This record gives sequence, structure tokens and C-alpha cells, in this order.
Amino acid sequence: MSRGLIALAVLMVVGVVKLPLERNLAALHRQEHFLGVEFNLDLREKIGQLGFMAALSGFRAIVADALFIQAYAAWENTEWGRMLLLFRHVTTLQPRVMLFWDTAAWHMAWNASVAAMNDQKQPRLALRVKAQREYFALGKDFLERGIKNNPDRPDLYEALARLYKEKYKDHERASEYYAKASVLPEARTFDRRFSAYELSYCEGREREAYERLLSLYNEGEKERLPTLIKRLKFLEEKLAIPQEERVPDKLNKIVK
Amino acid sequence: MTSGENASTLPEMNASTYAKPYRPFSYVLLIFALVLIGSSIFMAQFSFQQEFQILKDVSLGAISIFTSLLAIVATARLLPQDMEDRILYTILAKPVPRFEYVLGKIAGVLLLLGISTLVMGAAFLLVLFFREQAVLHATVRQMSGAPPDQVADALRVVRSSAFNLDIFPGMVIIYLKACLLAALTLFVSTFATSNIFTVVVMAFIYFIGHLQATAREYWLQEHGSGLIARIFFAVLTLIFPDLQAFNLVDDIVAGTAISLALFTKTAVLGVFYTTIYTLLAAFVFYGKEL
Repeated sequence: MSRGLIALAVLMVVGVVKLPLERNLAALHRQEHFLGVEFNLDLREKIGQLGFMAALSGFRAIVADALFIQAYAAWENTEWGRMLLLFRHVTTLQPRVMLFWDTAAWHMAWNASVAAMNDQKQPRLALRVKAQREYFALGKDFLERGIKNNPDRPDLYEALARLYKEKYKDHERASEYYAKASVLPEARTFDRRFSAYELSYCEGREREAYERLLSLYNEGEKERLPTLIKRLKFLEEKLAIPQEERVPDKLNKIVK
Repeated sequence: MTSGENASTLPEMNASTYAKPYRPFSYVLLIFALVLIGSSIFMAQFSFQQEFQILKDVSLGAISIFTSLLAIVATARLLPQDMEDRILYTILAKPVPRFEYVLGKIAGVLLLLGISTLVMGAAFLLVLFFREQAVLHATVRQMSGAPPDQVADALRVVRSSAFNLDIFPGMVIIYLKACLLAALTLFVSTFATSNIFTVVVMAFIYFIGHLQATAREYWLQEHGSGLIARIFFAVLTLIFPDLQAFNLVDDIVAGTAISLALFTKTAVLGVFYTTIYTLLAAFVFYGKEL
């Protein structure tokens, strides 16, 4: 018995010794984006008691995957509301998985929005358009929250740029997000190019777009792609660039 | 007793400990293999990114569950079984110090856990490799007419979604968590009356250990709570290990890179806990009436 009490006392002393190490480690986790999920009552209400216990016990990823599979089934059955809730739980549990944010946004802004627009049960076009815009906004919200949780990765900036381009037809915002993606460490080579392409569609920013496209063109053959040359030609016409300053077309001829 | 006798008894103890929990070990491997095969068949309908994500989550989660379970179940029965079979009395009748007996037992369990982590890790990596190869071949076939740089880009995306070097330190951390649980189970079993009691207590400790970090932050940061609540959180924080600190694989699979500093600090914490609990187990075992 006395040995048990001594062991307990030793545990307490060891606890005091390990406290700074544990706190230091927790700070390092936060700094390096580990264990970023806050386990609170809100999360418990969302994922249920069992899921919450499993997530607490270190099986957060498995719970998130199970919910993701349920969301996949909800998509197959076109249960958009249920799918939205499930994706909210999934992204809350695994905020560092790009795939979940991206898939959630894609389902909302592309699939659910199209389904809302083609909804045969709603005869009024205005209400169908309203529902479609709401799904665009839900997709945008997923991507914005995803970026907030993962500011260091380019994937979601690219997805948001695509959403602005294809759904909102907002080329200025699309260009801005491609540009933000392009300066991040794992950015794709097309991000800079796409940012310039999108800028070339913006009224009043043609000169800036022209300079960026020309600068890409001057980097060499690898950047001289058909779309880049096409947009450059369009801007040369629009800005009335002198013939001698214009870039040759694909066949190395000066466009007259 | 000579130092030569000491050196020879430890590996024997270790070997007998390793051989005993062989049955749960083989069950664990069988279930793990079924989980792997089942998940890879089930995931055929997903895109390759989704498939790899779920395969890695499920496999590493299963490795974590099974090593933790094995650590608790295999260690909980060591001392009661030896007492029941009277092996303990035979061993301790020889010039074997009790500390060496405890050390031999824990070394055997740690070896068993090491082998099971290695086997499960190898099975997981093999499945991941075969799935990656299948997706790579399918991608090459689908993009047969595309320019080489686009094909190379697509293959790079497949490879980066499948394999991540940080999985290895992640598996080492899973192993260290299992070692910690094994040492803690041994400590609990030194004053427990049966192995069922040890397993139940360890199940509670497992859950409390995952909440320890929350209790610690509450104790150190929340100043509005009452004195009794603060004492309760302080006791929880000081007595129980922070098991949440070892759950890094979820974020590793998500693509978060594990730095050397983080890996080293987590590993040091794991070794620290394992050593302390083993020493405490030996200390309590010394006073145990047999």
C-alpha cells in the first residue's frame, strides 16, 4: 500500500516535470498545423456521441472518412441538404485535408447548383436561379474556410479561382486567387499563366494583363502556349500595340 | 549472482514474454489484413485521391488501434498468467532480481509490438504500392496521346497523392504510443487483482489520456472555474499521460509535414513515459507479496 502511495507521489512529481515539455509540444503542434481540431460541445452535437468519442480517442480521420462515405452516398441519392451537413462535419474533423474542402465545394457549386437550376418541381425561374446562387455561395464558403485553415497550400486558391471564373464569371477575382496560388511553395506552373489570362478579360486592366502576358512570353518557348499567344494577340489589337512591338504568331510571322 | 547470470536471464524472460501473447498477435494481423483487403475492394468506386486518402486513414488508424489493443491486452495478462501458472515463483526462486523480471517482461512486449507494427506497416505499404502502380498504369493508358509534360504532371499528382515519406515517422510515433501503453499497463497490473481489472482500468486511462491536453489547457488558462474543478483538472493533468500528442498520423496523411523538432520531442516524451512507468512498475512489484 505504502509503495502504491509513493508511486502516486512520484507520478505527481513526474507530472510537474513533464508539464513544460507537454505544453511546449502542444505549442509546436499548433505552430505546425497538427491537432488543429477543437473538441467542444458544438462538434459533439454535430457528429454524435459515438463519433465524438471515436474522434477524441485518436480516430478522427476514420470518423471523417466514414462521414465522407455517407456524403458520397447522399450525393448518389441527390440528397443535397444531408450532403451539405455531412461535408460540414467532415471538414470540421479534418480541416487539413484539401480533398474534403475541394470535393464539398465542387458538389455544392457544380452538382447541387445545376440540380437546383434543373429542378422540375420548381416552375418559377427566379426561385431556381436563387437556389442556384445559394449553392454557389455554399461552395465559395467551403473554399474560403478551407483557405483559412490551409493558407499555405495552393489547391484551394486554385479551386476558388475556378469557381469565380466559371460560376460567377468574375475574372478579376479569379485572377487574384490564381495569383495568390502562384506565390505559394507547391504552386503549379499554370497558376501564373492563368492569373494573367483571367486578367486579360478584365475591362480597364488590359495594359497590366498585356505586360504580364508579355513577360511570360519572354520567359521562353515553354510559356509560349496557344492560349497565351491568343490572349496576347487580342490585347495587342485592343491596346493598338505598334506592329514592330507585337509578338510573332505561332508560325513565326508578324501579324498584320 | 554474477553479471553473467544477469545477462543470460533477460533474453530468456524476453523470449517467454514474446511467445505468450502470440495468439492475440496473430488475430490482430488477420483482422488487419481483412480490413486492408476489404477497404481496397470497397474503394474501387472512388477517385484515386479519395481512394488513397481513405486507404491511408483506415490503414494507419487500424495500425494505431491494433497496436494499442495489443499493448494493453498482451501486457495485462503477463503477471496474472505467470502467477496463475506458478512460473513467476519458479523464476523468482532463482537469483533473478524482480527488476530484471519486470524489464524482461516489458522488453518482450516491446519486441512483439515492434514486430506487429513492422508487419502491419509493410502490409499497408505493399497495398498502397500496388494500388499506386495500378493507378499509374491506368493514367498512362488514358493519356497515351497527351504531350509528355502533361503525362509527367499527371503521374506526379498520382505519386504525391499515394505516398508520403512522413508516414514513416508517423508509424514510429504509433509504436511509441503503444510502448507507453504497454508500460502503463504493466504498472497497473502490478497492483491489479486480475487481468480484466487491468484492461478495464486501461480503457479508462486511454480515454482520459486523450482528454488530458484539454484538461491541462483548462487548468492552466481558465481562471473563472471553482477551486475543486481546478484541483480535479490539475490531478488529471499531472497523473495521466497526454495521449493526444501521439495522434499525428491524421494530419500526416492530410499532407502536413512533420518536422525533426516535432518528431524528436514527441519521441522523447514517449520514451520518457515508457521509462517512468516501467520503473514505477518495478518499484511496486518489489513490494508485492507473492
